[in-house]
Amino acid sequence: MREVAVVGIGVTEFGEKWETSFRNLFVEAGAMALEDANMSGDQIDEMFVGNMSAGRFVLQEHIGALIADYAGLVGNHIPATRTEAACASGGLAFRQAYTTVASGLNDIVIAGGVEKMTDVGGSVTTDALAGAADREWEGLVGATFPGLYAMIATDYMHRYGLTREQLAMVSVKNHANGAKNPIAQYRKEITVEDVIRSTRVADPLRLLDCSPVTDGAAAVILCPMEMARQFTDTPIRVLASAQACDTISLHDRRDISTLDATVAAGKRAYAQAGVTPKEIGMVEVHDCFTIAEICAIEDLGFCAKGEAGKLTEDGQTALGGSIPVNTSGGLKSCGHPVGATGIKQVAEIVAQLRGEAGARQVDAEIGMTHNVGGTGATVVCNILGV
Amino acid sequence: MSVPRYWRKQQNRYRLRGTHCETCGRYFFPPRNLCPTCRRDGTIVDYEFKGDGKVRTYSIIRTASEDYDLQTPFVLAVVELEEGTCLTAQVICTPEEVYIGMPVKKAFRRIIADGDAGVIVYGTKFVPA
Ligand SMILES: [Zn+2]
Repeated sequence: MREVAVVGIGVTEFGEKWETSFRNLFVEAGAMALEDANMSGDQIDEMFVGNMSAGRFVLQEHIGALIADYAGLVGNHIPATRTEAACASGGLAFRQAYTTVASGLNDIVIAGGVEKMTDVGGSVTTDALAGAADREWEGLVGATFPGLYAMIATDYMHRYGLTREQLAMVSVKNHANGAKNPIAQYRKEITVEDVIRSTRVADPLRLLDCSPVTDGAAAVILCPMEMARQFTDTPIRVLASAQACDTISLHDRRDISTLDATVAAGKRAYAQAGVTPKEIGMVEVHDCFTIAEICAIEDLGFCAKGEAGKLTEDGQTALGGSIPVNTSGGLKSCGHPVGATGIKQVAEIVAQLRGEAGARQVDAEIGMTHNVGGTGATVVCNILGV
Repeated sequence: MSVPRYWRKQQNRYRLRGTHCETCGRYFFPPRNLCPTCRRDGTIVDYEFKGDGKVRTYSIIRTASEDYDLQTPFVLAVVELEEGTCLTAQVICTPEEVYIGMPVKKAFRRIIADGDAGVIVYGTKFVPA
């Protein structure tokens, strides 16, 4: 296997982009990544695009070719593939691009993700997202996606004594980070009070525990490390890219409050990179709901089970803490265009490792990403380093 | 969702009929045609669950998708059946009543009333035991 580097990143502004179409969202991110890598589209050998549900959100399938076409990449007839694992679709695109370059199959590969979620009404969005879990045996009895994570929260709070306030602090911290991120959907700080007084969605989760509905796209360009300096002075090494799966339904899990796929993907990634959680300087975790960040911090080994609430309350996951979590603002504040999230996480870590993260800058040499599909049926973890 | 899709699993939904692996003794609901432990060595037979269990975790759903919107708020739970199998189901009780460990039993109930001309979907919910 060859050493692989990220040499270009591009992320659109996240938000309700009513003026921008699905395809143009991706074109914008792709163009930024190429520009960043001082590269022309002709140099791209292959493309992977993460997308969860264009079929439901914009009634469009066949995303690989469509995106390649409008990104001006069909001249060379490159292979263009859509990857899908619900909210981990972007993570899959990155891992596919990584394995393609690492194996020597192709040299310069673009990994992207895109989702256009605001063209349909709220109930369609809720229903489409419920397809990330088991439609037949969870959705059909009335389970919503927030409802499933709420059941994790109920179990977790009962067993480990996590308080409602500690849960809110996850959201408060992520908004504080997002306020410093120029592409974030919600660039404003919120308080614990705001969270615990927001609309009830699925007890114990409230509106400000939930990531929003977002339009956005992200793209990164990978190539062999030995070629990387042709394109950039600051190539970032991909030290690991690992994926794991678990039961589609929450009710079939060994433990409701532990995402075994996170544990498995994390362990694989640490082994590949030859590092331990202690050596990770910052991490972008999949905080689709506040409780998801609490579980992720523990399942990735940054603290023992049951201690992430305390870690958050003590400010250890904030900028300047011992393990800054979601410096981008996370899914909560930066936004969650589902197919794009896994790629945006990588772009944030790359920006951090290059020292280009502005007011969010963390001084670290190794960073990690954690991208979850559904309630934990698919997880992708990547580790990047200078 | 399409009518055939409801109909196909009707008996499973109505009577809490799942499957049982005679080789290793595991019970499955939703039904599985392949035992994840024994795989091709497993012998799978139909099994109707007794329907007694307890609430393992729950949430009160306040915002639901369109089909369930009129029912909010409702109690959604992971119920652990006596046979050791867990499933997701609604529990018919007030939000204040439900707690982790609450004993429940199966009940045949309407799941969705799809307007005047549409299908009414029935299935299994749980009530306090
Ligand atoms: Zn068996």
